[in-house]
Amino acid sequence: MLRDTPDRLPQDVRPMSNARLGILVLLGAEMMLFSGLIGAFLVFRMGNVTWPPPSHIDIQLPRAVTGINTALLLLSGYTMFQALRAIQKDRVKQLRNWLLLTGALGVLFLGVQGSEWAQLIRSGMTLQSGVYGGIFYVLLGCHAVHVIGAVIWLFIVLGMAVSGRFAASRHIGVETCAIYWIFVVALWPILYVLVYLA
Amino acid sequence: MHDNEHASHHHEESFIRKYIFSLDHKTIGKQFLIYGLIMFFVGGGLALMFRWQLAYPERPVPIIGASPQYLEDGEVVTGADKMWERIYESEEEEWLEANMPNGVIEPAFYNMLFTMHATIMVFFVVVPILVGAFGNFLIPLMIGTRDMAFPILNMLSFWLAVLAAIIMAIGFFVPGGHAAAGWTGYAPLSSDPQWTGVEWGQNLWAISLLIQGFSSLVGSINYITTIINMRAPGMTLFRMPLVIWSLFIVAILLLLAFPVLSSALALLIFDRLAGTTFFTATAEGGGDPLLWQHLFWFFGHPEVYILILPGMGIASELVPVFSRKPIFGYRSMVYAMIAIAFLGWIVWGHHMFQSGMQPVLGSAFMTTTMLIAVPSAIKTFNWLGTMFKGSIRFTSPMLHAIAFVSMFVIGGLSGIYMANTPVDIFIHDTYYIVAHIHYVVFGGSLFAIFGGIIFWFPKMYGRYMNDVLNKIHFWLTFVAFNCTFFPMHILGVGGHMRRISNPMQYEFLQGFEGMNIFITMSAFTLGAAQLILVFNFFWSMSRGKVAEKNPWHVNTLEWEAPTPVPHGNFVGQVPTVYRGPYEYSVPGEESDWIPQAQPEHAHATGGD
Repeated sequence: MLRDTPDRLPQDVRPMSNARLGILVLLGAEMMLFSGLIGAFLVFRMGNVTWPPPSHIDIQLPRAVTGINTALLLLSGYTMFQALRAIQKDRVKQLRNWLLLTGALGVLFLGVQGSEWAQLIRSGMTLQSGVYGGIFYVLLGCHAVHVIGAVIWLFIVLGMAVSGRFAASRHIGVETCAIYWIFVVALWPILYVLVYLA
Repeated sequence: MHDNEHASHHHEESFIRKYIFSLDHKTIGKQFLIYGLIMFFVGGGLALMFRWQLAYPERPVPIIGASPQYLEDGEVVTGADKMWERIYESEEEEWLEANMPNGVIEPAFYNMLFTMHATIMVFFVVVPILVGAFGNFLIPLMIGTRDMAFPILNMLSFWLAVLAAIIMAIGFFVPGGHAAAGWTGYAPLSSDPQWTGVEWGQNLWAISLLIQGFSSLVGSINYITTIINMRAPGMTLFRMPLVIWSLFIVAILLLLAFPVLSSALALLIFDRLAGTTFFTATAEGGGDPLLWQHLFWFFGHPEVYILILPGMGIASELVPVFSRKPIFGYRSMVYAMIAIAFLGWIVWGHHMFQSGMQPVLGSAFMTTTMLIAVPSAIKTFNWLGTMFKGSIRFTSPMLHAIAFVSMFVIGGLSGIYMANTPVDIFIHDTYYIVAHIHYVVFGGSLFAIFGGIIFWFPKMYGRYMNDVLNKIHFWLTFVAFNCTFFPMHILGVGGHMRRISNPMQYEFLQGFEGMNIFITMSAFTLGAAQLILVFNFFWSMSRGKVAEKNPWHVNTLEWEAPTPVPHGNFVGQVPTVYRGPYEYSVPGEESDWIPQAQPEHAHATGGD
């Protein structure tokens, strides 16, 4: 009975839709979560005279492989952007292909990370290897959990795309997922530089 | 992800959908309120137990402790005696037997009591009531919309808070007892079980707070989106009531502060369960105990403003209504709140002056801390300016609002005093700090909560609370509150350390025995007075005098809605807003109040 009354601010006054605003607000919290962990990392990094600390001086992080992996993840940010562009132009089939490619790159990133971790653990660097090992696994693990969440979300969106739920006029589901994906992608190079290179 | 443009549905809902897993912001607000009141009694009960110990060390706590006859000759007199008899007869070593023999509080048990008192009061009482209850109930009604932006997330927020409370409650019953490292959980006390002897209690404490963090996160996303996007036509930002401004700012603080605590809690859980050494300095590249303090207080100081800003907002509603005057300096009130929220991020080090932190940093934190006095004073003078020459009505909500302003001034002034690093050397970790925090959080936030409950009760339940009981409750609370917490300033200056279970062990504190007994007696009175409020609350729900639509003659939009407020809040269209929220006693107008939804040049109709 109340459906067609002018309920709230007219659409053109709103800066953006509820869903887009909500996801951007969420990213604010995500940034603070990672700020806390990165802050902890910096405290350990600065607080130790050598990094890695003397007891773990022989640890070699796989910089090159992870560098290539970084490039893969950045590429997935680009493909996600293309997916969004496709649905904005109402090209549903392109949307599916780009989403599939993005998801595949995400899974590939996780796979490479996983195999690198397995190798590091075999070579003796574990969660208990002082703060060096501890913060490595917790900080990057926190990011990995976010990537896993983003991949699951992406495949749900892909499923919805296959069943034809999106169109140029109705693609907020793709957009929120893309915003979150690009956040997770953009965060990684910061972590890579801090943890692997610095 | 889906659009939320649904309007109100008028089909009948089942009991479960209507009262338990409700999506309606008003029901969720009431759920948070009752949740907070229940936890208020848990937290208060813990405080009374350790107050007993401070006044009468090594005497059994009343009611649950053994009777004198039982202690003397083993004669079972009371129900409690029977319980102790059973505990002593059982073969197993019971936890109570070791930590509370005959009802006497042992030091380890004492640590648990004050830790859980503060944890429950901060995370499970004040935030759920101020932000959860008032935020949910008031935001859609006062900005003129039909519900929150994300009703499902709203429900999730409440049920996550319930889950957190259940996990926190389980902690009391696990072997080793509940967390005992203080509500601040300082490492390494919290990060290594060997120091407190607490095993799963501390883990559950951390897990529960992580879940409470998710609840706050979901809630604040909802509040921010709703306030930005869903205001009624004409409701510009600077026509919003100040309580909505305060909740908006608090939502941003919660959103950005809680994840930092979450990161610290995650590291703490890894330290306790996975053998990492983030908060322990070890030879082979260990961590840093001070890191916990930095992370905790980077969250903790904004948290302090999360506890007080909605109280300020509520007072800013009550004071103009019952002075029948516009709020003095509306915009300066908004900017002052924004300034307080901003400064809240750069003062956390004042909790750490004596921690071994770099002394130069201490001076910087001292300066930023003292700066907070400026916006706080702006707000205080604005409240006084609002009351000045007003026709003040000393209703129960107004009494609480005046108590809020005056108690906040005392708490604020002791805060400036403590912020001086040289003074802090002397009074840190004493009862002076305890007095300060209680003047701000009890004298501030809780008086605002009481005032707000009484003020909005007619809109929540369609009835008044009993005014005689409200007045008795107010005066008992006000007097007992000051008798409880004011002497703590004197204890603190006298060197009485906080967090000690038996002051009589120290010769220089023995002279304070009388004062400690006085404080405990006042605390018991204070606790008993709250029973009046809760009785009144539940009794008035069904038996109170039926209230009209706008009993206090208030301008803001929530009073435009019918009472009790139906699903969808407003009948017909949502109201259009034509003016600011505080147009009381406008010269040349017949009525002394002009509702926000009243069009220009139309005469006030007054009444209902």
